[in-house]
Amino acid sequence: MAGAHINQPVAEIDIEELRFSLRRPRSLFSYGMSLLTGAATVAALLPLLSVLYLLAKKGLQGISLATFTELPPAAMAPGGGVGNAIVGTVVIVFLATLISVPIGILAAIFITEFGPETRVASAVRFAAKVLTGLPSILAGVFAFAVVVAVTGGFSAPAGAIALALLMLPTILLTAEEAIKRVPPRMREAAVGMGATPTQVVSQVVVPTALSGILTGVMLAVARAAGETAPLLFTSLFSNFWISRTSPQFLPKTLSDLMKPTASLAVIIYNFSGSPFENQIALAWSAALILVLIVLVVNVGGQIVASRSSNP
Amino acid sequence: MSELATTINKTIATKNPSAVPLETLLDCKIEELHYGKFKAVRDVAVKIVTGTITAFIGPSGCGKSTALRCLNRMNDLVRGFKIKGQVMFRGYDIYAPNVDPVAVRRHIGMVFQQPNPFAMSIYRNVSFGLRLNGYRGNVEEKVEQALRQSALWDEVKDKLHSSGLSLSGGQQQRLCIARAIATEPAVLLMDEPCSALDPIATHKIEELMKELQKKYTIAIVTHNLQQAKRVADMTAFLYVDTTQGGRTGYQVEYGPTQKIFESPAEKYTKDYLSGEFS
Repeated sequence: MAGAHINQPVAEIDIEELRFSLRRPRSLFSYGMSLLTGAATVAALLPLLSVLYLLAKKGLQGISLATFTELPPAAMAPGGGVGNAIVGTVVIVFLATLISVPIGILAAIFITEFGPETRVASAVRFAAKVLTGLPSILAGVFAFAVVVAVTGGFSAPAGAIALALLMLPTILLTAEEAIKRVPPRMREAAVGMGATPTQVVSQVVVPTALSGILTGVMLAVARAAGETAPLLFTSLFSNFWISRTSPQFLPKTLSDLMKPTASLAVIIYNFSGSPFENQIALAWSAALILVLIVLVVNVGGQIVASRSSNP
Repeated sequence: MSELATTINKTIATKNPSAVPLETLLDCKIEELHYGKFKAVRDVAVKIVTGTITAFIGPSGCGKSTALRCLNRMNDLVRGFKIKGQVMFRGYDIYAPNVDPVAVRRHIGMVFQQPNPFAMSIYRNVSFGLRLNGYRGNVEEKVEQALRQSALWDEVKDKLHSSGLSLSGGQQQRLCIARAIATEPAVLLMDEPCSALDPIATHKIEELMKELQKKYTIAIVTHNLQQAKRVADMTAFLYVDTTQGGRTGYQVEYGPTQKIFESPAEKYTKDYLSGEFS
């Protein structure tokens, strides 16, 4: 058929019609829409960039070595830092991760691999989805009731439990999604070689899904690190180092943990409302440090994830 | 020794007088096989003799893959799977209540339709089974041996640590064969191992099967009749029975490949092989 058209006369075409022109409504509309998508992209980026800009501008001014190594200053007193808050945030988030990651990942393995159709699996899925929307202040109230009220005082573990409650659904649901994305034929291959269910999960499913699972963990850690409300009810704040013995930033006994603990989020909350110039400046520095910690955790997680997915 | 083994022994003895006599390694009798309420397969009876290649042929949906997957209990993964009958492996019924399906699969390995290497290096893919079993010997040696046996060594020896997924389809399938034989199973089940491959890769796998036959007993499902004819010693022809409402696969005929192809006893077999159905 194609050959039949070869000798057809070519219609005359005005070269002007082929030229791009914004005077044609169709072209103008299309061009305008393309511009609009670009503008929307910039608009989406704007809040993030402006927050970062403001943080860098205000936060960098007051930052020095003392910011990392010294205790919060009194009103109008010169110097001082947020050293104990950095330590507190790291300790509380670490404890929260220690609680929520094993539970979240193991539960995700159960609801995908071992009992996806069971009632407990659908109950967990439902509960996790509801918990994702849990206002964080409620996690604090809950931890206050079950930990602070029971142990008789504000403490780092109480804060960690409140944060773990917020991290758990994110970790569980992202791990479930990541595990579900492992191709069934890889599972089949392992089963067909005589791998036990545990070996299938530990040698094939989890390593294959690891980057997705880690992404969920990172998201949860990043969210938890920035939470203030739950910590106000649970670990409160402290103007002192976590330990009385040297090195003071290292918790060494259980009683080091079982007392009010400083955190970056709470110091930002406290100092940003302060009438004193030096404390406000420190709040900015603390905010910048918090964002940087979250950034480092995120980037670190991405690197680990990309390494582990490539053999 | 079964009657069948005797027949095969005679055939082999005429080709190679020094051959060791063979015996039935897998004796499979599936009376009925259900997936939930759906009756998928009935009346399959196949005796697989040590050192032979047995082919399952038949149209799509005749249950040939299902029958093959019964031989190492892969069907256990399917919800609602029930089997009436038995599969005797060296005289033990692998469906007996006290049998661990995991142990069965260590002795009866499997290669699948789609090449399914893990997202790991070639080396780790092949050593996977060894690691599962906590093998304490020289893993490197075993990996090399398995890769040589699956005719892949020369192509991958310089990149053992690159991803198994970076290989071509045919290479991936040979990698899967290497992975399956690294633990030296007694039987290798192959579920349409060439259907995702081009003719050249297919030819290589077929050559490989004949080579592997010296060490392993092989059962293969194929929809390529010529492939069955080329590689199989024994052939089972399955067909679909639609008379009872559902689509239930059943075994029409089973015997030496030459006989099935040249003088089939059943009309269905003859019609199918001569292309009257397809």
